[in-house]
Amino acid sequence: MSKIETHSLSAGYGKKIVVENAEIEIKSGEIVSLIGANGSGKSTILKTIAGQLEAVSGTVYIDGRDISKMSESEISVKLSIMTTEKVRAELMTCKDVVESGRYPYTGRLGILSQRDRDIVRETFRLVDGVELVNQDFNRISDGQRQKIMLARAICQEPDILVLDEPTSYLDMKHKLELLKILRKLVREKNTAVIMSMHELDLALKISDRMICVKNNFIDRTGTPEEIFSEGYISELFGVDTLCYNEFFGTPELEKISGEPEIFVIGGMGKGIPVYRRLERMGVPFVVGVLHENDIDFPVAKALSCKVISEKAFEPVSAERVRQAEKVLQKCRKLICCVEKFGSMNSLNRELLEFAKQKEIEIEHLLVGGSAPHTPRQRGKPPLETRD
Amino acid sequence: MQRCVKCFLLLSVLLVVLTAVNLMFGSVSYSLSELFGILSHGNGTDSMVILKIRLPRTLAVILLGGALSLSGLLLQNFFANPIAGPFVLGISSGAKFAVSIAMTVSLSVGTAISSSGLVITAFIGSLAAMGTVLAISGRVKRMSVLIVAGVMNGYICSALTELVISFADDSDIVNLHGWSVGTFSGTDMDEVKIMAVVVIPALLLTFMLSKPMGAYQLGEAYASNMGVNIKKFRAELIVLSSLLSACVTAFAGPVSFVGSAVPHMVRGMLGTSKPIIIIPASFLGGAVFCLFCDLMARVLFAPSELGISTITAIFGAPVVVTIMLRRGDRQL
Repeated sequence: MSKIETHSLSAGYGKKIVVENAEIEIKSGEIVSLIGANGSGKSTILKTIAGQLEAVSGTVYIDGRDISKMSESEISVKLSIMTTEKVRAELMTCKDVVESGRYPYTGRLGILSQRDRDIVRETFRLVDGVELVNQDFNRISDGQRQKIMLARAICQEPDILVLDEPTSYLDMKHKLELLKILRKLVREKNTAVIMSMHELDLALKISDRMICVKNNFIDRTGTPEEIFSEGYISELFGVDTLCYNEFFGTPELEKISGEPEIFVIGGMGKGIPVYRRLERMGVPFVVGVLHENDIDFPVAKALSCKVISEKAFEPVSAERVRQAEKVLQKCRKLICCVEKFGSMNSLNRELLEFAKQKEIEIEHLLVGGSAPHTPRQRGKPPLETRD
Repeated sequence: MQRCVKCFLLLSVLLVVLTAVNLMFGSVSYSLSELFGILSHGNGTDSMVILKIRLPRTLAVILLGGALSLSGLLLQNFFANPIAGPFVLGISSGAKFAVSIAMTVSLSVGTAISSSGLVITAFIGSLAAMGTVLAISGRVKRMSVLIVAGVMNGYICSALTELVISFADDSDIVNLHGWSVGTFSGTDMDEVKIMAVVVIPALLLTFMLSKPMGAYQLGEAYASNMGVNIKKFRAELIVLSSLLSACVTAFAGPVSFVGSAVPHMVRGMLGTSKPIIIIPASFLGGAVFCLFCDLMARVLFAPSELGISTITAIFGAPVVVTIMLRRGDRQL
């Protein structure tokens, strides 16, 4: 059953419409993330769904009931929120904050019952924050604070959880922890979760469905696989298509254009750090011959001027090598990142021979294994900078 | 929990001790046994001094001190600002201005305005001043701006009050002037009754608001998500805080810094900001603080008496400055 539904919802402030004609549906037990550029209206949608902001037009339904006809206390037992607003809680322990989530269930004076206390204790365990119980809310880290605010929201025993950028400003450990808690919650309590997110890589992994907001409209809705395809993400955020790696959900910096100066033989991920380093130094480069299913391929494609590639699972053909030689001829240097050639890329060895003949400088660069702690102390960097 | 019990015990003991001391000392002093004697079967001038002058005054100090502190607590909750208070925000001065007009007009006509009439007038003045502060806080979200606006608001109202007083008859000026700087002197039992009728129900109503106040401490969005009807709740806060500070101003004139300083001291003492604990503690704390300050005002330079605000400012203002300094790094 759908927990939240909107019918031709226009959300905004006063008369100013931020998002128009939104049709959103969220079911129990699913995590739906809202993605889109800054200022596209994600928070506005969330505020309207949570009943904090009156809809400009259209309707929000919670369990089939029109939210504008529900009182605050009726909403409070169905839906809880976590905002980006910084909470100033003077002299409050984490327990005080989490306990406040029980307010909708307490009497006139807000005194907690034994059951309320049990739920609070259980929630602390769920978010793995038992050691924070008696600590001052103002004296814990941002990550811990976010965890406590999530615990507060969970304590409210909502059917629907509305989270505005829950993972922003958190370090990796806390981001993962928070998402783990959400997964657990959805699995155990069948909660419906809707949240806005900027970390696409994480959204891709946690979401059952995604809603994309662009230019005042909901542009697309679908599973992560549907959204992260055909260069849609790049389009959504208005960045160069090649910059965005849809498999990993990660962006790459913009490529260096110009006449290639360096030829890189990569493969098996060994080339990736080299491509990145060249990109940082601003040196245009070519990569070849690389299989299209090589893990290097998307990065090479995004950062190099040109990738001379071979079809997946086919041995590197002589034709491709000749093509590569033509380009290599004009380069001042060849970097080989591969230690051994196998049967599929054995012809790449010919490129090394070719460079030797033409007296092109060759560098064998095996990056990987344990990285030095402070690369600067290694003396000369392995690659010359451009003169 | 234990700390809580200890604090309430301490405050109660202080309340009893200071009440006794306030009754005992003054231009004529009595020993504790004499005091009991007078209270149980008093006669003559001694019982006049205690029952007609000191007892009403002491009761007024307790009620109004508690009311001021409570009013400050409500305003702090409303504005999410730890140093808000009826005096700092100019709400006392607004009430003062309204009362001064009412007094001058009624004196010039020749009829004395009744105590309850004064409270109502002061309430209207408080609401008007509150409206000004709200209009400013709606435009500017910075907390320090709110305080500056409140202080300016207070100055304007005080200046207007001075202006009104200068139009009053000579014989009334002394009376009005003494009142406009704040004093508890000259309270009689009938006035105490009216204070009690206003302050005690307001205290109970405030206590009933402790749940939404607790939710509101996390911010408006969370409070509304917890089921608080924000508009209604904010209106309740405004009415209660204005009523409490109006009652104080109507009877004692503007009393400075109690509303800002006492709730803060009480929070620090109890180590919590849970309204259900802080509301009664603030009331007790305000009563104790004002009993102490009124005692100082009366006995320091006896037989001449100091204005109550002189003493409350000496003890209250440093507390406010401390809060501002401590919160300097977190955008006040």
